[in-house]
Amino acid sequence: MQRITIDPITRLEGHGKIEIFLNDEGNVANTYFQIPELRGFERFCIGRPVEEMPLLTNRICGVCPEAHHMAAAKAVDAVYHVDPPAPAKKLRELLYSAFYCTDHTTHFYALGGPDFIMGPDAPVAERNILGVIHKVGLEVGGKVIQMRKYGHTVVEIIGGRKVHPCTSIPGGLTKGITEEQRKQIEEMGRFAIEFAQFSLKAFNDIVLGNKQYVDLILGDIYTHHTYYMGLVDENNKVNFYDGKVRVVDPDGKEFVKYAPKDYADNIAEHVEPWTYLKFPYLKKVGWKGLVDGKDSGIYMATPLSRLNASDGMATPLAQAEYEKFYKTLGGKPVHQRLAIHWARLVELLYAAERWMELATDPEITSPNFHTIPTEKPTEGVGIVEAPRGTLTHHYWTDERGVVTKVNLIVGTTNNYAPITMSIKKAADSLIKKGKVNEGLLNMVEMAFRAYDPCFGCATHSLPGQMPLEITIHAADGERVDVLKQYC
Amino acid sequence: MSKPKFAMYWAASCGGCEISVLNIHEKILDVDAAFDIVFWPVAMDAKYKDVEAMEDGDITLCLFNGGMRNDENEHMAKLMRQKSKILVAFGSCACEGCIPGLANFSSLGEMVDTAFTTLTTDNPTNLRPQPSFTMPEGELHIPTLNPFLKTLDQVVDVDYYMPGCPPESNQIAAVVDLVIAALNGKAELPPKGATIGAGNSTVCDECPRKRNVKSIKEFNRIQMIHADPELCLLEQGIPCNGPATRSGCNARCPIAGAQCIGCYGPAEGVVDYGARLVSAFASVIDSEKPDEIDKILDGLVDPAGQFYRFNLAGSLLRASKAAQTNTAAQKG
Repeated sequence: MQRITIDPITRLEGHGKIEIFLNDEGNVANTYFQIPELRGFERFCIGRPVEEMPLLTNRICGVCPEAHHMAAAKAVDAVYHVDPPAPAKKLRELLYSAFYCTDHTTHFYALGGPDFIMGPDAPVAERNILGVIHKVGLEVGGKVIQMRKYGHTVVEIIGGRKVHPCTSIPGGLTKGITEEQRKQIEEMGRFAIEFAQFSLKAFNDIVLGNKQYVDLILGDIYTHHTYYMGLVDENNKVNFYDGKVRVVDPDGKEFVKYAPKDYADNIAEHVEPWTYLKFPYLKKVGWKGLVDGKDSGIYMATPLSRLNASDGMATPLAQAEYEKFYKTLGGKPVHQRLAIHWARLVELLYAAERWMELATDPEITSPNFHTIPTEKPTEGVGIVEAPRGTLTHHYWTDERGVVTKVNLIVGTTNNYAPITMSIKKAADSLIKKGKVNEGLLNMVEMAFRAYDPCFGCATHSLPGQMPLEITIHAADGERVDVLKQYC
Repeated sequence: MSKPKFAMYWAASCGGCEISVLNIHEKILDVDAAFDIVFWPVAMDAKYKDVEAMEDGDITLCLFNGGMRNDENEHMAKLMRQKSKILVAFGSCACEGCIPGLANFSSLGEMVDTAFTTLTTDNPTNLRPQPSFTMPEGELHIPTLNPFLKTLDQVVDVDYYMPGCPPESNQIAAVVDLVIAALNGKAELPPKGATIGAGNSTVCDECPRKRNVKSIKEFNRIQMIHADPELCLLEQGIPCNGPATRSGCNARCPIAGAQCIGCYGPAEGVVDYGARLVSAFASVIDSEKPDEIDKILDGLVDPAGQFYRFNLAGSLLRASKAAQTNTAAQKG
């Protein structure tokens, strides 16, 4: 039997490995996507005061610590049965909206966008942020840097630090903001909206104006008919910070809508002995292996999933883009994975609009940013939408508020099964009778990038190009061929 | 003459160190001008095999972040040590273990068991990931976890230590300036083993909060009071680690109303961080009655975590007995 090992040379080296086995006919027998890392947060958070959880769990991911900080903040509120005052919740959501703008911008311009803006047939050397700048215009580089800087500035003003924010505590925040800071945040928010509109226009002109690209989205080989998950508000509109988790089936019908505290009735995690990461699935449907369809409990949690699982966006400009999205792609739900990139831009505009709404909210500068808990701490669940998927933190404590048990279902983990399926589909279609099409490298890379995986912050490489190397081994272990792709 | 070579690598880490480096903004261009960036997985195409092919000591400066959680991390540490003239333990994980080092309070078996028996884990046959596992199609491998997390200098020789979780961007920029000046013969590098990119005093020395040398009758959890925004947090009973923690962050957390949690590690000259903090806390307790002192100390609900939150792996304690004796944790 032949064996193909794909060892990405960037961050995924040591943090992700793909093994493809061929059968006697030289076709794909099976593929394995392995995650070789485990740091043990669920164990060592035991014994810690629960108010430290927003600080400790930040360290799960330095790229999206804001997501862990917020899920933890909501979980510790729940542990103490305390409802933070409205200004505290608004400040947290304001920080979170600004973070989303930064994160989605990085992904679109540096990581995933180049596939689209340049087109997958463009020379490898052009499919990166520099290629995007050349195509969209030189001034875009400066705008991207400005957008990222503004997002981080808001995180620092409200969260105290640029990386690993420190201000969320049970019942609210340790500080508020001044009128001067609010004005600064509002000004930056205005830029964020313009930037998001500019990004959608660029996408519209370059991608949607080109039939070949539209066909690429619709004909995408990463089409899987799975369930979709996302957090929604009381009107079933997308929300990143608060609400209920809504899951729609492959036909787009609501399958379940659950409150954070009921997550364990709905989600379970399958274990395999060859990887340190678990595979979450819908408990009521069941684990049927790495297959799609209504009978398989596999679901996806990405920007596209959030749009599919909702009835729209809560802000006017983003809502118009949402409608256009489904009109262009032939209605809900959209199963084509490449559409995740477009969905990400619709979310970018929503995050910017929400940023402005909150920055101009009359109570955002209120000194009423903390409610002292009065009830005994017990147990609590906090859920937010991380950019890479629904993020669940669940803590149990003793009566002193010392952690006794922890459960975490992290954003990207939700997508472990769908990503593995996309890799297998790419391998199946590009490896025939022992011949490996060179396009395999590109297809595997595009599969990863659409999901924006963050396996321990994996693949956050700035060139927007994941260098890969595929080594093909014959059954006796002898090396037959090596395919390489560098930036 | 060719430019000196620069590398940055991440072992078991969160990626925050890389983000902090990227946040030095235009200074990155200085790094690019002064160095030939040869290996930096987050920012560029990283040709791993090219590093292996380099001559020993070919890389002038390597910033290495992340702890030593598995055998692959150790392999990369040894490789980067071999290829680098100056190896910097960059960030709390590499310097002292950081938050993931708290795993050293328990055994590896307990850590893995916990992860694979959580509320939502569906694991009827009680599986654990195996470093080597045979599937019908062939054998699959993943790295073997270390019994406990090690710091970089517990695996290889380290030239400098740059603390912080993550190191502050302005400190990174200052170190970049210093190294570039030293390479041009305009400055001298500090002696080997020195801490760089940080201050020589404590967080308290940088903290603008007012101190009245007031003693406390109880410790307070931060969520249980509305803390005064101007006064020293420790004097309000909030267990703030400022007195034992190295300066360099500009007291970012206390300024934002949150206690220092110690991410910059032990202050200059402090042999045992926990012991220094115990004595600092003891000095603010306003009582001479043993019973009352006991009661006040009960307010510290997690002394082990409080005193060794970031530096357990790098401290004199390093790891619990259970962690140190559990060498066969990954069996079955």
